[in-house]
Amino acid sequence: MTQPASAPTVSTAGPSEPLLQVEDLRTHFETPRGIVRAVDGVSFTLARGKTLGVVGESGSGKTVLSRSIMGLLPKRGTIREGSVRFDGTEITELSPKEMRDFWGARMSMIFQDPMTSLNPVMKIGKQITESIRQHLDVDKKYANELGENLLRSVRIPEPEQRLKEYPHQLSGGMRQRVCIAVALACGPALLFADEPTTALDVTVQAQVLDLMATQQRERFMAIVLITHDLGVVAGRADEIAVMYAGRIVEKAPTSVLFSDMKMPYTEALLSSIPKIEHPSHTRLNTIPGRPPNLVTPPQGCKFAPRCTYVQPRCLEEDPPLMPGTQPGHEYRCWFPVGTPEGAEALARNRADQAVTGGAA
Amino acid sequence: MPAPPPDDIPIPGPEGQRDLDRYAEDSLDSGLAVAQTQLYVSAVEVGGEGRRRGKGLGLGAWLAIGWLTFIVAVSVLAQLGILPLKSPTESFSECARLGPFAKEGTAPGHLLGCDSNGRDMIARMAYGGWSSLVVATGAVLFGLVFGGILGLLAGFFGGKIDAVITSVFNVFLAIPAVVLALALVAFLQGAASSGSGGDNVDPKLLLILAIGIVSVPLLGRITRASALTWSQREFVLAARAQGAKPMRIMVREVLPNVVPAMMSIALLAIAIAIVAEGTLSILGVGVRPPTPSWGNIIGLDRGRIKESPHIVFLPAILIFFTVLSLNFLGDVVRAKLDVRESAV
Repeated sequence: MTQPASAPTVSTAGPSEPLLQVEDLRTHFETPRGIVRAVDGVSFTLARGKTLGVVGESGSGKTVLSRSIMGLLPKRGTIREGSVRFDGTEITELSPKEMRDFWGARMSMIFQDPMTSLNPVMKIGKQITESIRQHLDVDKKYANELGENLLRSVRIPEPEQRLKEYPHQLSGGMRQRVCIAVALACGPALLFADEPTTALDVTVQAQVLDLMATQQRERFMAIVLITHDLGVVAGRADEIAVMYAGRIVEKAPTSVLFSDMKMPYTEALLSSIPKIEHPSHTRLNTIPGRPPNLVTPPQGCKFAPRCTYVQPRCLEEDPPLMPGTQPGHEYRCWFPVGTPEGAEALARNRADQAVTGGAA
Repeated sequence: MPAPPPDDIPIPGPEGQRDLDRYAEDSLDSGLAVAQTQLYVSAVEVGGEGRRRGKGLGLGAWLAIGWLTFIVAVSVLAQLGILPLKSPTESFSECARLGPFAKEGTAPGHLLGCDSNGRDMIARMAYGGWSSLVVATGAVLFGLVFGGILGLLAGFFGGKIDAVITSVFNVFLAIPAVVLALALVAFLQGAASSGSGGDNVDPKLLLILAIGIVSVPLLGRITRASALTWSQREFVLAARAQGAKPMRIMVREVLPNVVPAMMSIALLAIAIAIVAEGTLSILGVGVRPPTPSWGNIIGLDRGRIKESPHIVFLPAILIFFTVLSLNFLGDVVRAKLDVRESAV
């Protein structure tokens, strides 16, 4: 279960260009309060068959990032800049009409809430075969067979029966599997999973994630797994990007991120996961404060107001993405965790706190 | 329409059966097994009954359905000439203005009396029902089709399309409905007679168009509101992410979800249209005499309400109960649909 999704090491030698290449993607929304910088300069690459975990709090821009890459955001009031290359094509310049050949067929998406992402008045079978018939040009009978096989492959019992049922006749976990089946119907090369397990029971969560991993292996499909739960991506992503205030604040191969994190935000996220070995009634670690206002973000490091390592420099200068000691590791921090500067900063803050605490 | 959610129906599944078995085994020793099992079973049955009654339509709705069935059946059968009715246009001058159950000087058979021209009230009301129902249903169908299309476009696409359609709706809604309908009838009549060189156009058709056009913005706004909320649901985005075309999403994903709201409002709209037809007939621009409609029966003899009140009140009672039934059913349908929406 904790095996990375790409366990049987398939050769990734394929075409020289990565499947998805996002460069300095910015997505801003015009609102009455001002321009919201929901995604503010995100870059990453994703190879075929690999998984990128995108982690962050609510409002950190994870969902907007995925929809912006796919081009699913409404045109009105949205400013999208930067470059998204998918399989060698620059897709930011394509019209929705041209994008329709990519949507469903080559890139697809699973949503958070399976209760709302299926049409309540349409039979499961119809919902699955719709996109098959749109993209693959097959007759109804064959599409139905494909649909049945898809349901079987996502381990839904009695698939031929289920095809004739409506979404409300299925449980939450089953609905999410149907959503996965819909998303996989045309064999996309890239799958966005936007918090696919957040609305599900913990026991079902693992099943759904395992199912996605299996499908990924069988189809050699790349996945962008979006979640607020580091635990979900820990064993499943090849690489993890931590997002904060619309930016990637730390990005590293999974093992590097967990062993050698540099960003205080990542550390704080990790320490806020309850541990099984903690005695009961242990107070959970939380990150004080809230994510910054994206209309008028603070000067300097966006995380500084909530950071335990914060120094005067953090409030004034915005740290750029700096390379870590290991390949593929990048972070934004002036006083990184696990370095002498970081330790010193933390020690200074603790001492200050003790003094002010004692005075009060 | 999907079947009701299975989890709402208390069917004792395998687990319930297992509980039952265990329960029976445990209490076998005490010799109470039979009694307790029966208790258990009857409890299940009572629960089932209660649920079913709660899910039923209720007495009022059945009365409403009964009344509407009766009205529709009589109107249709009268029109087909199957019912043993007198002619609605034949005058029995000797019994003009006679009330129901009148004794002196009448030809037998005018159970509910005659109007001021001596025409049989039962026949006029039966045939008049046809006019009223055809006009009301036709107008609402017209309103549903055009209001539905416009509302769906406005709610689904939003933006400029929505702005244009909504402003047109608002302009129409700002004109008092009766004035607008009167103006439309006059205009359409003129257009029809100048177009075809004579007034051989069925006045019912003119009324359908006039009331239909008045109802377009009302039904359109409701459709728009419903389409707007459904268009923002995630399954619409999911369909887009699967590469579905906008028209396809509108027709296949949004429309089926909007239809229930339109249907429940359609019943209320038919009720309003019946009243509207009556109003226009009373004002003298409705179904043209001697063809009866509920409205023009009242309209023709509204001056004689003192000496022969039955001529005005009998059709008024028919309108009253029909409109009441439609309103009541509309509410029942809406309540049922709301439950279903929240359950999904």
